[in-house]
Amino acid sequence: MAHLFFFYFAGVIVLTSILVVALRNPIYSALSLLIMFFHVAGLYVTLHAEFLAAVQIIVYAGAILVLYLFVVMLLNLKREERYHAQFPIGALLGLTIVTEVLLLAFHGSSPPEPAPSGTSTPATNGVTEVAGVTDAVAGPALSAVEGNTETIGESLYTTYLFPFEVASLILLVAMIGSIVLAKKDIFEQQ
Amino acid sequence: MIPLSYYVILSALVFVTGVVGVLIRRNIIIILLSVELMLNATNINFVAFSYYLQNVAGQVFVFFALTVAAAEVAVGLAIIIALYRSKSSINVDEFRLLKW
Repeated sequence: MAHLFFFYFAGVIVLTSILVVALRNPIYSALSLLIMFFHVAGLYVTLHAEFLAAVQIIVYAGAILVLYLFVVMLLNLKREERYHAQFPIGALLGLTIVTEVLLLAFHGSSPPEPAPSGTSTPATNGVTEVAGVTDAVAGPALSAVEGNTETIGESLYTTYLFPFEVASLILLVAMIGSIVLAKKDIFEQQ
Repeated sequence: MIPLSYYVILSALVFVTGVVGVLIRRNIIIILLSVELMLNATNINFVAFSYYLQNVAGQVFVFFALTVAAAEVAVGLAIIIALYRSKSSINVDEFRLLKW
């Protein structure tokens, strides 16, 4: 059953992401990206990240995609030649990276198994195989007993309080910057 | 249980699609959409690892990546509008101001 869900979501994600790049009309590209966002949210639900699934739909599908569609319709584009002259180079580079990653994925050591859901400690058995890396990022454990949103919120306001504040600053800067950039003749009023 | 490598392969495929999109398309809006694809691919990776390592840090990082993506879209679209106003085109081949 889990495999069925995964392959459905993965298939739709790959298909729609190829359509985003391949489709001629930018509006169709944006709409297929919308479908992709919904399926990524579904994939998050199967990974027990319900909060992120909701945020994915609200922020990506609700805000970012609408902004894209606004701009596409505002600019009223005529269809033009779609592919850049660098098409062969891009395809070659993409193929190289895909081959590399597939080689790495199939030659690596066996992936760690998820810890049994009863334990709330950071999985000791599985993690040791990945070694080193996980020690540095050892945060609060993801317990299945508590709610997912509660766990994220707790670690966001304790361990990651400073990055959280920096994120709010980034949003403020982006807001001011986009207003200044898009406003007509803001510097030529005098 | 689905192996972790499946998720890595999925996210690699989506990421590479994004890279190819950035390289081959000429419409600047599609290029930004391809950057969104790449960000989503990394998010899938983060969430999958967060689940398999039973560590919430990955999901917190997805949260921050989402913030950065929102900021990037706002600024990027504002730049596109400013570009369209000066050149009345959003074809990347038209912008060769820095080219000698």
